[in-house]
Amino acid sequence: MKDNVTITGSAHTDRIHDSAIKHVTGAADYTDDIAQPEGTLHAYLGVSTVTHTRIVSLDLSAVRAAPGVVGVMTAADIPGHNDISPTGQNDEPVFPTDLIQFHGQPLFAVVAETRDAARRAAELAKVETEALPHALDPVQAIEAGYPHVTAPLKLERGDVEAGFANAPNRIKGRMVIGGQDHMYLEGQIAFAIPGEDDEVVVHCSTQHPSEAQHMVAHVLGVPSNAVVVNVRRMGGGFGGKESQMNIFAAVAALAAKKWNRAVKIRPDRDQDMTATGKRHDFVVDYDVAFDDEGRIEAVGGSFAARCGYSSDLSGPVTDRALFHADNAYFYPHVRLESRPMKTNTVSNTAFRGFGGPQGVIVAERMIEEIAYATGQDPLDVRKANFYGGEGRDLTPYHQQVTDNILDRLVGELEQSADYRARRQAIIDFNASSKVLKKGIALTPVKFGISFTATWYNQAGALIHVYNDGSIHLNHGGTEMGQGLNTKVAQVVAEAFQVNFERIKITKTTTEKVPNTSATAASSGSDLNGMAALNAAEQIKARLVDFACEHWGVAAEEVAFLPNRVRIGEETLSFDAFIKAAYMARVQLSAAGFYKTPDIHWDRDKGQGRPFYYYAYGAACSEVTIDTLTGEYRVERTDILHDVGRSLNPVLDRGQVEGAFIQGMGWLTTEELWWDTEGRLRTHAPSTYKIPLASDRPRVFNVDLADWSENRELTIKRSKAVGEPPFMLGISVFEALSMAVASVADYRECPRLDAPATPERVLMAVQRMKGA
Amino acid sequence: MQHRREIRFLLNGREVSVADVGASQTLLDFLRLDRRLTGTKEGCAEGDCGACTVLVGRLGAEGLSYQPVNACIRFLASCDGCHVVTVEHLSGPDGRLHPVQQAMVEHHGSQCGFCTPGFVMSLYALWMAVPKPSEKQVETALQGNLCRCTGYAPIIRAAVAVSQYGSPAADYLTTEREAITAQLRAMQDGARVVTGPEDNRAILPASVDDFAAALLEYPQATIVAGATDVGLWVTKFLKPIGPAIFIGHLDGLKEIEEGSDALTIGAGASYTDCEAAIGRHFPHLGPYWDRIAGWQVRNMGTVGGNIANGSPIGDTPPVLISLGAEVVLRKGDARRTLPLEAFFIDYGKQDRAAGEFVESIRVPLSAQGQRDAAYKISKRRDEDISSVAVGISVTLTGETITAARIAFGGMAATPKRAGEAEAALLGKTWGKAAFGAAAEALPRDFKPLSDWRASSDYRMLSAQNLLRRFYLEQDGAASPVQLTA
Ligand SMILES: Cc1cc2nc3c(=O)[nH]c(=O)nc-3n(C[C@@H](O)[C@@H](O)[C@H](O)COP(=O)(O)OP(=O)(O)OC[C@H]3O[C@@H](n4cnc5c(N)ncnc54)[C@H](O)[C@@H]3O)c2cc1C
Ligand code: FES
Ligand code: FES
Repeated sequence: MKDNVTITGSAHTDRIHDSAIKHVTGAADYTDDIAQPEGTLHAYLGVSTVTHTRIVSLDLSAVRAAPGVVGVMTAADIPGHNDISPTGQNDEPVFPTDLIQFHGQPLFAVVAETRDAARRAAELAKVETEALPHALDPVQAIEAGYPHVTAPLKLERGDVEAGFANAPNRIKGRMVIGGQDHMYLEGQIAFAIPGEDDEVVVHCSTQHPSEAQHMVAHVLGVPSNAVVVNVRRMGGGFGGKESQMNIFAAVAALAAKKWNRAVKIRPDRDQDMTATGKRHDFVVDYDVAFDDEGRIEAVGGSFAARCGYSSDLSGPVTDRALFHADNAYFYPHVRLESRPMKTNTVSNTAFRGFGGPQGVIVAERMIEEIAYATGQDPLDVRKANFYGGEGRDLTPYHQQVTDNILDRLVGELEQSADYRARRQAIIDFNASSKVLKKGIALTPVKFGISFTATWYNQAGALIHVYNDGSIHLNHGGTEMGQGLNTKVAQVVAEAFQVNFERIKITKTTTEKVPNTSATAASSGSDLNGMAALNAAEQIKARLVDFACEHWGVAAEEVAFLPNRVRIGEETLSFDAFIKAAYMARVQLSAAGFYKTPDIHWDRDKGQGRPFYYYAYGAACSEVTIDTLTGEYRVERTDILHDVGRSLNPVLDRGQVEGAFIQGMGWLTTEELWWDTEGRLRTHAPSTYKIPLASDRPRVFNVDLADWSENRELTIKRSKAVGEPPFMLGISVFEALSMAVASVADYRECPRLDAPATPERVLMAVQRMKGA
Repeated sequence: MQHRREIRFLLNGREVSVADVGASQTLLDFLRLDRRLTGTKEGCAEGDCGACTVLVGRLGAEGLSYQPVNACIRFLASCDGCHVVTVEHLSGPDGRLHPVQQAMVEHHGSQCGFCTPGFVMSLYALWMAVPKPSEKQVETALQGNLCRCTGYAPIIRAAVAVSQYGSPAADYLTTEREAITAQLRAMQDGARVVTGPEDNRAILPASVDDFAAALLEYPQATIVAGATDVGLWVTKFLKPIGPAIFIGHLDGLKEIEEGSDALTIGAGASYTDCEAAIGRHFPHLGPYWDRIAGWQVRNMGTVGGNIANGSPIGDTPPVLISLGAEVVLRKGDARRTLPLEAFFIDYGKQDRAAGEFVESIRVPLSAQGQRDAAYKISKRRDEDISSVAVGISVTLTGETITAARIAFGGMAATPKRAGEAEAALLGKTWGKAAFGAAAEALPRDFKPLSDWRASSDYRMLSAQNLLRRFYLEQDGAASPVQLTA
């Protein structure tokens, strides 16, 4: 072995994404790139063009008769259950039978020889309907007496009434927070290949292969063991492929079994955006009491969410909004309620942060309110309210915050970003600049890590060491760009002390690791890294036993060195050692398992320890706005983010940068706009505007808090990174708000709603001018 | 002369000939479905995401030049006589990464990787044009590429570093330039191409005169220039476009004449083709031009198409109307000239007869004392359709406003002059009061719509404020009155 000193790609080192070279050469295969068997058919969804109606009749004769069409499928063609609700609530039919619940709802599928033929035919349905009144947003839904799609949550601690009664100051307000489309660059897609008997294999762009497997089985009416779901990689997921691919997987599988031919389904971008769910919009009524120094004494909040027509993941999403409505701040007395409202819109779903960002931004709004009311720098109000100190460490859900590092982290960022001096310079600038105004904000984030559905916090992995010493790695997590496979392979390379290149990263498949959880909640490396490590440790233990026996040494005398093994006085290459173990009939394969310890959650009581630990971060952003047009530009952003002991600093940094920009997009230019008829009119990149390269901050400094280490025994003391930095984008929003506030000499909270499009900024400026 | 029945072009250096190419067949589907060149991705099929970016090399008046374009809305027929280069062609035969690819790998420019081939192709084109670009140049080159994962920072770092990994002089497209030029030249036979099935016919006229003749033969044909509108009719609305007459290859329609009193732009000149001349003669349009669509679309889309489509939200009509532009229409051999504003009759209705086409646009150069400005407001700064766009040209004689032409897009059913606002300025002394009055007059000119881009109130308020901005800016305000890129 050439490299005797160290292995390549060990944990805590920068390592390129395992597919980077395939990405840049175009050789990385996504589901749509897989070679199709001869005779592959193509399915397409036919969708409703009305919002809320009873179905009188569905006439598909013209669809059937269209050129190239092989057949159509409606609810009547479903041999199993006509339901794909991910939470088992039975409220999400594959195809509806008597009620259309949103504009763009899939009603049937058409299967044809080409995708083009299917797509054209899908437009030819004649649907006779009887209109019903509709409610599109949570406010309309509440007014119309619509139900909750799932049971609301209440979090309460302290004596809220007394808290409000005794405080010298109190402010009530409302904040409207927009949703967000995932806009993963690769849209939804599934590709099913029928097998013998009841079997089917589905290649699908999914974050949750096990759920896709269960849904396909459920819809086909076959046991789960008949269905295999595979995914090598996704072209982005962000939560949008946690449950939203179910319909595509189910339809492809149904058609594949029905016609006994391979079937692919891929909606166009418009259908992808109108027929699948998004981040929940919220309307939040908040109520905050505080002392004259700006310390919070009591908080009340009602969080109404646009959930869409079915529950999907709205329960846990709205729960997480409440879990994060404190962000980094201690609320002595608090009562928070969620209102997961049914609306006649597409059913909203998971999206990076999973409701958390909507909670955090409300906490930040309350901080702003207090800052303007007390005439302070919002950063001082933030600091005054951080968790910590005597009796100030309990969250609204009664979990103790024991690992808070925000004092140090925010302090360091304040220095490195030169916050105070720049804020003063900005105030001076605003005093003399008539049209352009600047703002700056430094906002923290504290984000709870773990699925709040406690049973999801488990993972499996499968490792084979072949007798030539090469290693095959499989785990239940899915790769959507975050570098999960790279990180887990680093963990395994480190465990065996072999070069990264010796490990083959393979597709995620329900055949190898069963009953997996979604790759979501930022948990991918935490869970799968541990499961893979467990598998590696099992094999290593067997190898050590073998070495002790074969060479007659004690276990302490066996050491895995870089690409070799030392046994007593003897050293041999890893490959030779493995070969010897094989010859001695040592089992060189192991299934690993992990479950997160110490977490529990009693939802009825609203108490427990839902989170294993918290991840922290902070961002400082400066913006300039044009008070004539509302246009703006982000001048500079400084970030300091906590990922514990990073498994791969360069990949983690990429997550932080990308999440920040995505969070900024959510709060600035990304606007979901429904017309009064219930049609989503921003449904493709032509109308729905995610950030471009030129939108990123003119100066962008991103650092990881390299001194941080997870206090819990997570994989190599690292912390989850997928979601927490998303909320750093809030610093841009708060900075915009300050720039607007300057128009009225910072005397009033501008109450900017999100997203802060140029229009909202200008209209807020107008309000401030009138103030 | 005989019509040719097939399309011929080079694909990654090899000649291909495809018979029976339907007008609506896209380059992307050809690459992915027929050739299984799956490195080129479909992210939106509407020209907005750049995942489908490929290079198209064409022999123009100045020899062979390559530009990044969107394969999703580029019609296959329009590739006749071109060299199409996809991401598969970048790494060497030995698998060695191309400098652009190497830079992207080493700077961690990909996460999910789905956008990556498109970025690689845009950066490839940029590196060949500008080997050591500034960040600003990179951003402009990437206006047509979306990435949802990286937040762009690593891609920008890669882009400015590409030249550390290799020089364009050693690149295949440079070293093989002469051979490719010769191959492409050999394909030129001067024939009209007529291909595709009866109901989806694609016609490529041999010359501008042949175009005029063909349009008389097929007066109902869809004219396809850059296809940045027509492409979407097909990919998004599934509209039939046959018979279609393709004109993107006609050099005779791309001529740009820089006369002493006017700039004349051939209707077939792309935004990119006329960028330099526009910048020279109308410096105020330089930054504005950069905000029309993204690079790929600017390489395809034409000013002629932007006018001919009659859209109320096209970016060039307002600024051209304010400059007093005229449009030259041709039918057979007959030509007529119209003031541009007269071309737009009503929503979806233009003063263009069957068999007639837009041949050129004549833009008079600014007169002494004329002050010009062009502003665009959109939700996202780059690659977005305007909520409001305006061209303002005001002429001063001494301190008196003696001429005013103000035309707005996004405020009415057509690009339209603000007659009342202009009247409020005429004869007045240059000053805040005059522009305040013009702003006050604007609600008498327009009753804008509310839609997903902007509300009626915002459109009106920002339009009024743009008149105020014009005054402040021209008056030399002490502090800046507008954000610059
Ligand atoms: C992603 C994207 C972003 C865009 N952004 C912008 C933007 O920021 N601002 C903006 O203004 N536009 C924008 N557009 C639209 C813009 O690119 C088009 O309007 C373009 O100018 C049309 O030119 P074309 O050559 O592509 O026309 P085509 O699509 O080929 O044709 C458009 C119409 O004009 C007709 N036509 C074309 N040439 C002639 C001619 N010589 N005589 C008669 N009729 C003719 C065609 O028949 C058709 O009806 C965008 C488009 C895309 C896809
Ligand atoms: S696929 Fe998005 S631009 Fe072509
Ligand atoms: S890397 Fe995923 S979209 Fe760019």
